Amino acid sequence: MSSVLIPDDEAEIAEIVSAAKSNNTPLHIVGGGTRTGLGRTVKAQKLLSLKELSGISLYEPGALTIVAKAGTPLADIEQALAKENQRLAFEPMDHRPLFGSKGEPTIGGVVGGNISGPRRMISGACRDSLIGVRFINGRGKIIKNGGRVMKNVTGLDLVKLMAGSYGTLGVFSELSFKVMPTNERQATLVVFGLDIATAIKTLSVALGSPFEVSGATFIPHQDENGDASKTLLRVEGFDSQVSYRLERLKELVQKTIASTSSEIEIIEGDDHISLWQGIRDVKIFSGTKHQVFKLNIKPLDAIAISEAISAEMSTKNLDTKTLYDWGGGLIWLGIEDNEQGQDKVGQSANSHVQTIRSIVNEYGGHVTLVRAPKDVREAVSPFHPEHQIVAKLSSCLRKKFDPAGILNPGRLGADPLSAIAGGK
Amino acid sequence: MPMISMPVPNVEIMSRRDEIITALLSALPAEIVISSESETLAYDCDALSAYRCSPLAVILPRTTAEVSAAMKICHELGVPIVPRGAGTSLAGGALPTADSIILGTARLNDTLEIDLENRFISVQSGVTNLSVTGSVEGDGFFYAPDPSSQLACAIAGNIAMNSGGAHCLKYGVTTNNLLGVTVVMANGEVVKLGGAHMDSSGYDLLGLICGSEGQLGIVTEATLRILPKPEGARPVLIGFNSPKTAGTCVADIIKAGILPVAIEYMDRLCIQETDKFSGAGYPDVEALLIVEVEGSEVEIDLQLARITSIAQKLDPAELRQSASAEESALIWKGRKSAFGAMGQINDYICLDGTVPVSQLAHVLERIGELSKQYGLDVANVFHAGDGNMHPLILYNANKEGDLDIAEKFGADILRLCVEVGGCLTGEHGVGIEKRDLMGEQFSANDMEMQMRVKDCFDPKWLLNPAKVYPLEVSKERRERLQNQMPNNGESSK
Repeated sequence: MSSVLIPDDEAEIAEIVSAAKSNNTPLHIVGGGTRTGLGRTVKAQKLLSLKELSGISLYEPGALTIVAKAGTPLADIEQALAKENQRLAFEPMDHRPLFGSKGEPTIGGVVGGNISGPRRMISGACRDSLIGVRFINGRGKIIKNGGRVMKNVTGLDLVKLMAGSYGTLGVFSELSFKVMPTNERQATLVVFGLDIATAIKTLSVALGSPFEVSGATFIPHQDENGDASKTLLRVEGFDSQVSYRLERLKELVQKTIASTSSEIEIIEGDDHISLWQGIRDVKIFSGTKHQVFKLNIKPLDAIAISEAISAEMSTKNLDTKTLYDWGGGLIWLGIEDNEQGQDKVGQSANSHVQTIRSIVNEYGGHVTLVRAPKDVREAVSPFHPEHQIVAKLSSCLRKKFDPAGILNPGRLGADPLSAIAGGK
Repeated sequence: MPMISMPVPNVEIMSRRDEIITALLSALPAEIVISSESETLAYDCDALSAYRCSPLAVILPRTTAEVSAAMKICHELGVPIVPRGAGTSLAGGALPTADSIILGTARLNDTLEIDLENRFISVQSGVTNLSVTGSVEGDGFFYAPDPSSQLACAIAGNIAMNSGGAHCLKYGVTTNNLLGVTVVMANGEVVKLGGAHMDSSGYDLLGLICGSEGQLGIVTEATLRILPKPEGARPVLIGFNSPKTAGTCVADIIKAGILPVAIEYMDRLCIQETDKFSGAGYPDVEALLIVEVEGSEVEIDLQLARITSIAQKLDPAELRQSASAEESALIWKGRKSAFGAMGQINDYICLDGTVPVSQLAHVLERIGELSKQYGLDVANVFHAGDGNMHPLILYNANKEGDLDIAEKFGADILRLCVEVGGCLTGEHGVGIEKRDLMGEQFSANDMEMQMRVKDCFDPKWLLNPAKVYPLEVSKERRERLQNQMPNNGESSK
């Protein structure tokens, strides 16, 4: 990395990108640099840092709206919101525990990766809270889309397209969000000792109830510490509302598992906060050597998919570790690979990915390789291969936004067309 | 004469009408191809009925395969397609041109899968919004987006316009409740985006399709998120003698951490007329709010108590908390008949701009001033929680020049919405109605970027080509396609 460019404002980003386009100099766009492990390594000599592009431009609690510059630390935004008892509804994950990365996550990075957390299941993803973007495309033009109001259907919705595009379509300068009130009280019903099938079905019943469950997670029994499995149901609301919901959910759970003898506990307060931070940030993989995969699937398919994966992995004598979030709709899967040597690691990772993807393809959904050594991420595609038509469209879009291919080249792979699968 | 112009239809395409219809009939069953003039007449407008034009023909396919076959032929023959859901667009989104074919979703009306455990429903896109909820409500679920036209409007149109409704504050709009779609591309290729799982891998093309006003492809099937029905819901009616205080009340409720499922606003003219029409017994005030909360009886009482205590501090002229289903129905009765009531006394144009909630009072005041300036009355009824305004400009369709004045007045209101930080349309879409105002909200670069996206999906610009972007802005693209057809269908690079 020979040089770092640090623009002070939007106009300067536009100048930098225009110059980069003329000189054909690729740029690696970074905010806090805490999530550079996602996707592939960017092939660029120059770093474009947004750290100086920081600050909340507008916050109207009465309108549930916040607008901030792209390099604003997420912590600053969360702090400002907390003062008014509000929050980002999508509960963005912090990737530092997973990657062991340092630095301050920025709001631009959150949007670039469409980063959400446990509440995504009920409140939508980052892209659902995002209501406006300003960005500089690969031609050096300043583009705005959406705005600062939560109902807006004026023109094509590039806001959604930009969320999760990993900086390959444009450099964000400013982002607007719909925010939500923070509830007065939060608590979690913990059911101990359920097997996976009962747990996932229990979560499904709870999510089908009117009690607005905002976290639905299954932590399986882990061999190393011998703890019983935990099935978690988080509820939020006004004080007495939470008491009511907990009581009703408890009845529902007992009816579903056809037992009143299972141990059930209620967690609140500081333990509660750290419990959900741990789930949000998948701290079970913090400091471990697992290759970590994320499986986005239909919630109930979690049962059959995890069974199929366990069977495959046990024939290979590989240790796996899992966490089920979003009522089963998100499986975090860790595989401990003891292969030594770069080639072998790459090869075996490739075979894990193939195995997992072919299982998921039978049910529908997609698999992302979230954490693996760099050479593994180069050997296998971190993102799920796309259908040919989707790949063609993605490739076309990228050329329209960034004709010279200077924005985060390589992050999503060479080009979507290079990752075409045989079709889904 | 109305102000909004449409491009001169391509006579070359029109001259090939018989050839085009023969080609369609060779690939499609005769019963889905409508070509007699007396029958296509029914498709010459949508709910923006001041604008009419008969299409070359109408196709009403029953399957994705039929849509694909039709699109392929039109693509090869270079014929523009105007997609149409139920035809309830207030923005002219489904207005045909004389050189186009209407592709309607009316017969794509099967429910494909209901999965309560995974909380989704898959439907063909022609089913009505209300029937989606109808399919699952017996099991305690509902589909959240609820545009006023929900009895008639199709999911296809909801996706095209990213429709909202009264309950967006809590549940979001269509894009937040759409999990997957099957899309037929302009060249007839079929692609599935998303599915029953959450979040996409790669670029969010599903998010791009939603709200694209039929510019990018034809959605034939949709997978929708369904939600458990709340245990109950009850409103409170609050009347104020100043719009500004009503605006403050809305902001105070939200700031207090309460998330009502709906906050509806009506102004004096609207209150008076709907009350006469419906007998809802509304008070005689400047501004009326209907705030609805959900939950169990206990939860509702708790939230309504907090809301009334906030309202009381602002010295309301009226405060009426519903204690029963009958009282709730009475409170909602007027609001739900507002559009009908206003239609009884006058012709009207219904606008759809959104403004930041903090600007509501200011915007209402300015609309009042503009009303005097133009000499036309305005009734305001809208979703206050999300700032989506629906000013109804009253005019007389039989009076020469009145529509013209009403449209100019409307354009001024929309400019005002943009000026205070809002947008031209919150849930109706741009269509032709707001097309020529796009330059108020977007720069040339902004529009160029959007049109380049369309270039990827529809390189020949055959899909709803005269909509959304001002004609002079899209001219080069629209004319290029017409000069180069028929070509090989390769996407432009």
